[in-house]
Amino acid sequence: MERPGRAALGAQPRANGCGAAHGALRNGFVRGLPGTQINHVVHNGGLYKRPFNEAFEETPMLVAVLTYVGYGVLTLFGYLRDFMRQWKIEKCQNAIEREEQKDFVPLYQDFENFYTRNLYMRIRDSWNRPICSVPGAKVDMMERVSHDYNWTFTYTGKVIKGIINMGSYNYLGFAQNNGTCQQAAAKVLSQYGAGVCSSRQEMGNLDKHEELEKLVARFLGVESAMAYGMGFATNSMNIPALVGKGCLILSDELNHASLVLGARLSGATIRIFKHNNMQSLEKLLKDAIVHGQPRTRRPWKKILILVEGIYSMEGSIVRLPEVIALKKKYKSYLYLDEAHSIGALGPNGRGVVDYFGLNPEDVDVMMGTFTKSFGAAGGYIGGKKELIDYLRTYSHSAVYATSLSPPVVEQIITSMKCIMGEDGTTFGKECVQQLAENTRYFRRRLKEMGFIIYGNEDSPVVPLMLYMPAKIGAFGREMLKRNIGVVVVGFPATPIIESRARFCLSAAHTKEMLDTALKEINEVGDLLQLKYSRHRLVPLLDRPFDETTYEETED
Amino acid sequence: MSAAAGVGQQWVLVEMVQAFYEAPAYHLILEGILILWIIRLIFSKTYKLQERSDLTPKEKEELIEEWQPEPLVPPVPKDHPALNYNVVSGPPTHKITVNGKECINFASFNFLGLLDNEKVKSAAQASLKKYGVGTCGPRGFYGTFDVHLELEDRLAKFMRTEEAIIYSYGFATIASAIPAYSKRGDIVFVDEAACFAIQKGLQASRSNIKLFKHNDMADLERLLKEQEIEDQKNPRKARVTRRFIVVEGLYMNTGDVCPLPELIKLKYKYKVRIFLEESLSFGVLGEHGRGITEHFGINIDDIDLISANMENSLASIGGFCCGRSFIIDHQRLSGQGYCFSASLPPLLAAAAIEALNIMEDNPDIFQTLRAKCEHMHKALQGISGLKVVGESFSPALHLQLEDSSGSRENDVKLLKRVVDYCMNSGIALTQARYLEKEEKCLPSPSFLPVCRVFSMGALQDLHEAVWCS
Repeated sequence: MERPGRAALGAQPRANGCGAAHGALRNGFVRGLPGTQINHVVHNGGLYKRPFNEAFEETPMLVAVLTYVGYGVLTLFGYLRDFMRQWKIEKCQNAIEREEQKDFVPLYQDFENFYTRNLYMRIRDSWNRPICSVPGAKVDMMERVSHDYNWTFTYTGKVIKGIINMGSYNYLGFAQNNGTCQQAAAKVLSQYGAGVCSSRQEMGNLDKHEELEKLVARFLGVESAMAYGMGFATNSMNIPALVGKGCLILSDELNHASLVLGARLSGATIRIFKHNNMQSLEKLLKDAIVHGQPRTRRPWKKILILVEGIYSMEGSIVRLPEVIALKKKYKSYLYLDEAHSIGALGPNGRGVVDYFGLNPEDVDVMMGTFTKSFGAAGGYIGGKKELIDYLRTYSHSAVYATSLSPPVVEQIITSMKCIMGEDGTTFGKECVQQLAENTRYFRRRLKEMGFIIYGNEDSPVVPLMLYMPAKIGAFGREMLKRNIGVVVVGFPATPIIESRARFCLSAAHTKEMLDTALKEINEVGDLLQLKYSRHRLVPLLDRPFDETTYEETED
Repeated sequence: MSAAAGVGQQWVLVEMVQAFYEAPAYHLILEGILILWIIRLIFSKTYKLQERSDLTPKEKEELIEEWQPEPLVPPVPKDHPALNYNVVSGPPTHKITVNGKECINFASFNFLGLLDNEKVKSAAQASLKKYGVGTCGPRGFYGTFDVHLELEDRLAKFMRTEEAIIYSYGFATIASAIPAYSKRGDIVFVDEAACFAIQKGLQASRSNIKLFKHNDMADLERLLKEQEIEDQKNPRKARVTRRFIVVEGLYMNTGDVCPLPELIKLKYKYKVRIFLEESLSFGVLGEHGRGITEHFGINIDDIDLISANMENSLASIGGFCCGRSFIIDHQRLSGQGYCFSASLPPLLAAAAIEALNIMEDNPDIFQTLRAKCEHMHKALQGISGLKVVGESFSPALHLQLEDSSGSRENDVKLLKRVVDYCMNSGIALTQARYLEKEEKCLPSPSFLPVCRVFSMGALQDLHEAVWCS
């Protein structure tokens, strides 16, 4: 992987807080424009050591109206098509129930599937695209065509090579099929085999697992850690072990499905606070302690706050210093889900705690996954020794579910050691810095072009707003024509009018790739009229501080 | 008739004033009272139901100061049996090194012995060289690889169904499949001895759960009849309430099979759908290893959904569901463990494909396994103090104490002594682990000797070791 030339690291302030520069003014990208929030050092009693720039520009009124109109038209056509299908004017391509079971209670309500049949089916080719190479910065995709408007697909057998991959969660570029990580995994595979066939408490606890857990604890800076086979299952199986009836869970509005499922399975009372809104959280905490449980007025047994490090649909970063201050004031416990932020934020890649320069012991339960930045699979939980001992005994996963596969464990160990610098090279640190610079550059250029971009400036997840339903499909297809693979998301993962395209940046993306992508995005943006932003950023006349790494080139 | 003429021109103010003077007194008084009441309601204070008493800010501060939460986790005693895991160094194959001692492995669910098969390993190596380790995304966002599509295809062909869907974790398979179909208000009849994953799936679905006694078809029929009577009271509701029966092919907790032919009869009689969980019976029962449907000779389309995990016979990681497209396709958008989680690493999918190849090429492997199971079952019969629980062709048996001492803790301690003694004599066994407080119907403590294909001579040692302890 070749890197652009860079100046000596020295004392120059760099992106993502690498290299100190306490309170140094950023490039002034967001010079006090209306509609954005800037928390400088002076706010919040000095909790933030650096500016926290997060922006969610408001939807323009005309766009919102047109989006509703668009959905209205689609719904009308949906009813028309359903009518035609019912009266056999149009062929019904849905799979149908067996003849022998026609008099059973129908398995699906007709209305439940209205959205799937009439809206999702039309643009279904933007999702589930099959690939046939390693999911790195460039990927090979199997070409598929549909002759009946996306009801069935056939593979032509051709492979589209060299698509720039802006959709995979490959933040540090460890998705590789050669190199030290892969060789180590191959060795372990030939020695241990692929499966384990037993759960942790029975005969599935290999020495590799113990080694991994000690390494994870050292990486995070906590006393002890435990690893599980699936990130989703880590949340849904461990939250019920920690809280139960009589406890209170305060969960962010936009939490991931695994956190919501874990909270529901636990049986505790759940209250939702507005996304990243500390006043809302404080009000809920105060009310909970003062008034106790509803109706019986008994005091709550414990209060658990569920937040994520980076929210993958918004690109926002949790306001961790304020959350920790609140948690200490009201004596509650904090569960931090770092699925996207571990490895991707912070000068040392240690996640959102490192990014804000806080103490990892302040977070009671640090959870994360190995899928995104480490190029493997699985999840972990880190914390105090009592917590981990308790989870070893009572976690559902330790008792009933199979443990991690050995080559996957080896991949995690090697990549983690690389990030920590323990393998003797600076490759890991370079990846972390490259990702931070890619993030800053990409976001700045998109904002200059005039798109509406949500989220924090330092987050490698970049949502670009599309709003209208037809543009979801159009954007995905146009970008694929130009050999760039993007992810588009619509309802129900996002609110109905706020559909978006989401770019996931990677340390493996070189500047040339980013420039190509930006050029194509610019073209498609003009074609589809996506440049909604009214706060177009002024391209900088003064030279940026990292001019030695990136020159401002003419597109 | 000036009033009648006035009706036609009611908007004129003069006419209104005239009507005012002509109205009876009680009418005016009533209207006046109503207007005053409206004004009072508009300006009166609204009451919030929560705050029955207004606390001063100082009192609130005091309450916040005084409140003490419980510790996040209760302390765990150091000698808790589940706290200290056995550490296995090296691969968990036939000969296993546990805590430094070399033993013969009677604890891993490696039924067909494919864990250290060279062909499987080389297929996984080839996949590792091509794809790396992780998939870096869920199935919807560039996480679908051609190996996943191939594995789904192969599984569907092997089980002779229309379609199959793969999950990346065995536990999550049935725990995501059930809530995708069964929602609040639906009814699920489930066997008492269902495994924990099924219980979690049912809890997530928020449906009405009705437990019937283990393998007792009469009890199940009784419950179904009761439900029918309920339906007749409220036919409109009955028309939209879905019903399901969830059973396992080979039960993990008791080692016996479910009576599938009777279940099929009940299905058509009472119009209930069947979900079958085949984690232990896939690759074990049936002439070609297709599971309990082949064992009983039942048409596979009669079962609505078959779910299994690939972590036992296929010696890989993950799970799959198979059935008709009408049913399976729904999970691609509403199976939580499928949509919101990263896909299975390709090397594990390639290992599973190779294992399937081996299963298809050597169908006599299942006869060998069955013969060994019968042998083990017979050999373990005569041990005093322990009774064998499980069918004779089940590879995972339970050995329980014949006379329980009355307290679960003492039973567990005694069994642990037996297991430790066996471990010291070179046989690796394990106690069956449960989460005591969470299980709906807790099975008695036992330990699980697991039969595998290549374990002929070792059975003698096992017999002696258990006899002596």
